[in-house]
Amino acid sequence: MALFEEIAAEPSEPVPVRRVTISVNGERRTADVEPRLLLAHLLRQGLRLTGTHIGCDTTNCGACTVLFDGKPVKSCTMLAVQADGHEITTVEGLGGASELHPVQEAFKDEHGLQCGFCTPGMMLAAKALLDEVPDPTEDEVRWALSGNVCRCTGYQNIVKSVLSAAQKLQGQSAADGS
Amino acid sequence: MYPSRFRYEAPHSIEEAVGLLQAGDGEAKVLAGGQSLVPLIKLRFASPELLVDINDLPGLAYHRADPDGTIRVGALCRHADLEGSALLADRQPTMAAAAPMVADPIVRNRGTLVGSLCHADPQGDWAAVVTALGGHVVAQGPGGRRTIPIGKFVNGPFQNALAYDEIAVEAVIPAPGGTPAGGYLKLERRVGDFATAGAAVAVETSGDLVTRAGIALTGVGGSTIDAAEAAQVLVGRPLGAEVIAEAADLAARAAQPKSDHRGSAKYKRHLVHTFVERILTRVGDTTERAA
Ligand SMILES: Cc1cc2nc3c(=O)[nH]c(=O)nc-3n(C[C@H](O)[C@H](O)[C@H](O)COP(=O)(O)OP(=O)(O)OC[C@H]3O[C@@H](n4cnc5c(N)ncnc54)[C@H](O)[C@@H]3O)c2cc1C
Ligand code: FES
Ligand code: FES
Repeated sequence: MALFEEIAAEPSEPVPVRRVTISVNGERRTADVEPRLLLAHLLRQGLRLTGTHIGCDTTNCGACTVLFDGKPVKSCTMLAVQADGHEITTVEGLGGASELHPVQEAFKDEHGLQCGFCTPGMMLAAKALLDEVPDPTEDEVRWALSGNVCRCTGYQNIVKSVLSAAQKLQGQSAADGS
Repeated sequence: MYPSRFRYEAPHSIEEAVGLLQAGDGEAKVLAGGQSLVPLIKLRFASPELLVDINDLPGLAYHRADPDGTIRVGALCRHADLEGSALLADRQPTMAAAAPMVADPIVRNRGTLVGSLCHADPQGDWAAVVTALGGHVVAQGPGGRRTIPIGKFVNGPFQNALAYDEIAVEAVIPAPGGTPAGGYLKLERRVGDFATAGAAVAVETSGDLVTRAGIALTGVGGSTIDAAEAAQVLVGRPLGAEVIAEAADLAARAAQPKSDHRGSAKYKRHLVHTFVERILTRVGDTTERAA
């Protein structure tokens, strides 16, 4: 795989490699990875899921947020080998262009993004919140998203989007229930 | 950035993990939540030869209370577990107050209290909390387990007392003799920033008298500061305005802040004073009402 040559050019000793099997967006994926490969890099370069962004080197920005067994984690601060046997959800797993997830729809409708760089991380952190707290207060939304940085929006519309997504999802589950 | 090359093992028992550390001969590192270690290896401030990932060790994700009230926090208990803990909300106000102030919510899903103690960052919140509570760390090595009081465990900036082949398996908060009260206050410039200054206050009361007190400070010195003298003036007295002011003065004097981009030394000392006074006043008001 191109990536592994790229970061391990002409090794003088045998490179330690481990086989990992990860469920990514519900699909079983197997890869041979060097232990030092970060999960974010495996997703982006190894699996070509470039919706997971990398915005910093210091674990501060949250652009790389994915769900690890349903909980948001910063994929730049986890080794790919650590995901072996676990479930990862990336923004590609939320929904595609033809069928948006209610969180994605809400970000679109409420102008929850400008450049879009922070958006995948924001939406996954939002989804994790709504899975746990279907009807959050504005404070709870702000709290849950406080590990994700946005340089564009000033956050107002992001918060609005998440509150609107909560309503959409609740409407959906009410409709499903009846 | 990419870390430099290392070997990786994910053992399934503490004994196996200790064996790997032993074979690593000082070049191996434990990987817990990874929220301090992974950034360090990415920036190549650290380049261990072997990472011993302890996340697959069974039975270390707990935090619980013994029948006598001793609180135990296992090496894989995450900050987020403590933030949502009914046990702490009910029984340990200083820890309950600190948990939501550590890092940001996403980092809290991975980072651990024990890892934070091991990392021994002078700006780490848990070391101050555990110091104020007079806690200790249980370490396991090839020769079995030993108990290390927190004041000896954190023995310098980013330094702990573990031997290279020891794993910290749990942090322990001794059972309270009286009613536990206290809190944690911290000023941060934004969510996820380390403390400009922080203060952990833990007291135990019986009637309206303080029977035990601990005060420790975050981010105002080369290491976590145990403001023992400040705490000592509280013992045996009711929490009145005068004794509170005395403790706050002594705590501010115990601080050794340096001026930096987060604030001037004077400002940080002022913060310590304000935090200690504020927490104790709140506790004083509550005990007065209860007594
Ligand atoms: C953006 C960001 C903001 C943060 N803000 C704060 C903050 O405000 N306050 C704060 O206190 N912390 C903060 N942190 C640090 C965070 O709390 C870490 O989780 C913590 O310092 C380390 O815990 P860990 O489990 O992640 O340990 P790791 O990163 O896995 O390990 C840290 C060190 O401890 C050693 N170690 C870990 N566990 C053990 C063990 N059981 N036995 C032996 N050695 C062990 C490792 O070898 C390593 O040297 C922040 C981190 C980030 C990325
Ligand atoms: S890329 Fe910034 S937190 Fe992961
Ligand atoms: S929309 Fe540009 S960073 Fe958030």
